[in-house]
Amino acid sequence: MSELLIPFEYDYMLRAMGIAGLVGAVAGLLSCYVVLKGWSLMGDALSHAIVPGVVLAWLGGIPFAIGAFASGMLAALAMAGLRGRTPIREDAVIGVVFTGFFGLGLFLLSLFPSNVRLQTIIFGNVLGIADADIIQMAIIACVVALALGIWGRDLMLSLFDPVQLVAAGGNPGHMRILLLMLLAATAVAGLQAVGAVLVIGMLVTPGATAYLLADRFGRMAAIATFIGASTGLVGAYASYFLDGSTGGSIVALQAAIFVAVLVFAPKHGIRATRRAAAKAVGTPA
Amino acid sequence: MDGALVRPPGTRAGLSVEGVSVAYPNGHLALRDASFSLQPGTVCGLVGVNGSGKSTLFKAIMGLVRPSAGQVRIGGEKVQAALKRNLVAYVPQAEEVDWSFPVGVRDVVMMGRYGHMNMLRIPRAADRQAVDAALARVGMLDLAERQIGELSGGQRKRVFLARALAQGGELLLLDEPFTGVDVTTEDAIVELLTQLRDEGRIILVSTHNLGSVPTFCDHVVLVNRTVLAAGPTPEVFTGPNLLRAFGGALRQHSLPEQAKAHAPLEAGHVVVLSDDERPLVMAPDGRVLGRLTQDL
Repeated sequence: MSELLIPFEYDYMLRAMGIAGLVGAVAGLLSCYVVLKGWSLMGDALSHAIVPGVVLAWLGGIPFAIGAFASGMLAALAMAGLRGRTPIREDAVIGVVFTGFFGLGLFLLSLFPSNVRLQTIIFGNVLGIADADIIQMAIIACVVALALGIWGRDLMLSLFDPVQLVAAGGNPGHMRILLLMLLAATAVAGLQAVGAVLVIGMLVTPGATAYLLADRFGRMAAIATFIGASTGLVGAYASYFLDGSTGGSIVALQAAIFVAVLVFAPKHGIRATRRAAAKAVGTPA
Repeated sequence: MDGALVRPPGTRAGLSVEGVSVAYPNGHLALRDASFSLQPGTVCGLVGVNGSGKSTLFKAIMGLVRPSAGQVRIGGEKVQAALKRNLVAYVPQAEEVDWSFPVGVRDVVMMGRYGHMNMLRIPRAADRQAVDAALARVGMLDLAERQIGELSGGQRKRVFLARALAQGGELLLLDEPFTGVDVTTEDAIVELLTQLRDEGRIILVSTHNLGSVPTFCDHVVLVNRTVLAAGPTPEVFTGPNLLRAFGGALRQHSLPEQAKAHAPLEAGHVVVLSDDERPLVMAPDGRVLGRLTQDL
């Protein structure tokens, strides 16, 4: 039994669990907006597009978060700029831009193969990150949470009914930019927790799970935040024993919860909808 | 006291659309030199075929598209200023709403109050009262805690009407409010719009429901890539004008003999005009007789 408590005796484990839980919570909250906006692919694109920025930031000796954020915004600009100016469909534009950025990042990375810190950008290594990086991640997470605290309701309205936001004197275009920036920022924070490849999991799965469990945005946000926080914490804890990838365990755990909810959710689960359909046609389930 | 709820006298907002042209980035000119104006206390029907620029006109009035020429004034103010003052409320088409979105009836109506709240959009007592009053007025107070997808077609319409009521604008825009609702709901909506008109608001209704237009619209604006005619219903909503607005797009049945599809109005025939929804019945001289409640 006491063996299970061993992770709590190490400072680095406590820090890892703390930061994974915090980033998981914020990513979980943001995932509600991503899911309702239908921006899963956009989130995936941004989280890959930040990689060249991280490499260049490291080469230039500036904080990785700044390089990553700049790179993500540049990719978002490129996607927005191409959309509407070419007859190419949006998904193809996203696909071209993000693989282009990711490819460039991997190429830059291959020029400096000995740097372990850069390798962890791709796959994450929350157990081995430096204090300075933890502080960066914590600051980003808090800024994103604060921004959602201030503009969350307008953002939600812009997803549900953008014209009503206009009628209320707001601007849906600003909300679109805000969501892009929050996505890029959270992807940056999630990098070191689960890596660039898996961060999209944290930005989609909790929201998708909560959507199946809640009929109100407030509840959906609370559930998604809780799932994000708890899986971050538990995933980091479990990886101590499994000696495996923290990112993998966090995202796999989220996926497992999603599958369970998908089947057993009281109202929108597969079993419930099947029962409701059977009841509607008058045959026993 | 919430300043937006108490209107100082003499600030009634008229609507004027002056020479508005809208071109889209692909070069398509959706609307050319459109002009009309409405005084407070008017219900106005916006009538035209699909693709005639009706929705573009709506968008220009809401500031969603920028006119390449001309201007829209609401209460003498530019659109952006009018929106900031919460003067414009809008009721969307049912097809444009995501009914599976995780919001309840009360949440949706509260959205009408956002413009009255501070930046954090935290409702105050006045906002809750306005929401309750609006829900009561459309008879939806009992269903306030439902998720919007659990409502019937007519109830769904009422929720968004309640939202516009809670906002309390001077100009109310309704996009196809009668699509997919039963006659009872339609009558209830018309009754509510009439009340709002009597309170001195301007109600602009985009509709295909030609048969109902003369029953509740004081004014009509006929649109086909520009404003063809605008003014009091008896003057504008006439057979010849409607044929001009709709051309061959309108189903026309002359009684007792079936007229040819594109034949002009023939003397001595009762004419039934139909644009998808409830048909309009006109006397041989082009006077509007009434409507059919069943499609032909």
